Amino acid sequence: MWIIAPLLCGLIFGAGLLISGMVQPTKVLGFLDIFGAWDPSLAVVMAAALAVSIPGFMLADRSARPWFAGQYFRPGKSGIDLPLVAGAGLFGIGWGLVGLCPGPALESLATLSPEIIVFVAAMAAGMIAHDAWQQSRLTAQRDRQLASATDG
Amino acid sequence: MANFTPVSAAIGGVLIGLSAVLLMLSTGRIAGISGVFSGLLNLRGEDKGWRIAFIGGLILAPILAGLIGYGMAQPKLPSSWAVIVVAGLLVGFGTRLGGGCTSGHGICGIGRLSLRSIVATIVFMVTAVITVAITHHALGG
Repeated sequence: MWIIAPLLCGLIFGAGLLISGMVQPTKVLGFLDIFGAWDPSLAVVMAAALAVSIPGFMLADRSARPWFAGQYFRPGKSGIDLPLVAGAGLFGIGWGLVGLCPGPALESLATLSPEIIVFVAAMAAGMIAHDAWQQSRLTAQRDRQLASATDG
Repeated sequence: MANFTPVSAAIGGVLIGLSAVLLMLSTGRIAGISGVFSGLLNLRGEDKGWRIAFIGGLILAPILAGLIGYGMAQPKLPSSWAVIVVAGLLVGFGTRLGGGCTSGHGICGIGRLSLRSIVATIVFMVTAVITVAITHHALGG
């Protein structure tokens, strides 16, 4: 019953967002609003999470494989590039507009709030639009390479 | 700093960090919510089970909390539907282009001491602070 593990992890993650108050956009905006009545709580959440995750990931690095999977799926990219910076910039604007990032948005679906449902639908549309755009770029690139190969 | 809640923030943060580490140790996956979710949005059949389970747990958390008397308040969002839609599109497109969100870059990536994630986190924090400064102060909202 390996599926219990990600389910429990989702529950613990959700409990963390609930207890810390980060599931509430007003709490997050209180942190981002450094020129208003600033609320440093989000910084404490991140510091506490990192105090656990840094040694925890070091532990994972030392084990050959996960408990219920054949291998670790770690991000392969390294180096700073334009998509990283541009993507983070666009995400930050959206985050600042409403105070919602993907975790709290998905968790808040539990409230069946119409605003949350619309936000999550728009977020999904943005992700699908990105992947379709990447796919069309890759296809165009391949077509150009094929064309130049036949030309040559 | 009247709204500062360091104790609940620290407890919540420890749980979030613990969840990220347990997901890596058990299933070998990064607990980056934008990545977990976007993997459900294509028609390819593989590796959807753990994603559904994780997001299911995330949504189940406030429901279970409600059963024991700690129900979640309705989140307060802007009154403008246009702002909500534009923000959602930006969060979706931006997290895919930048390869992660607050959890993936901020907790997991920095947790793995990744330079990419440190840079991404600084960039989205700064743009979010500027956005709030403009919408809450410059525009008088």
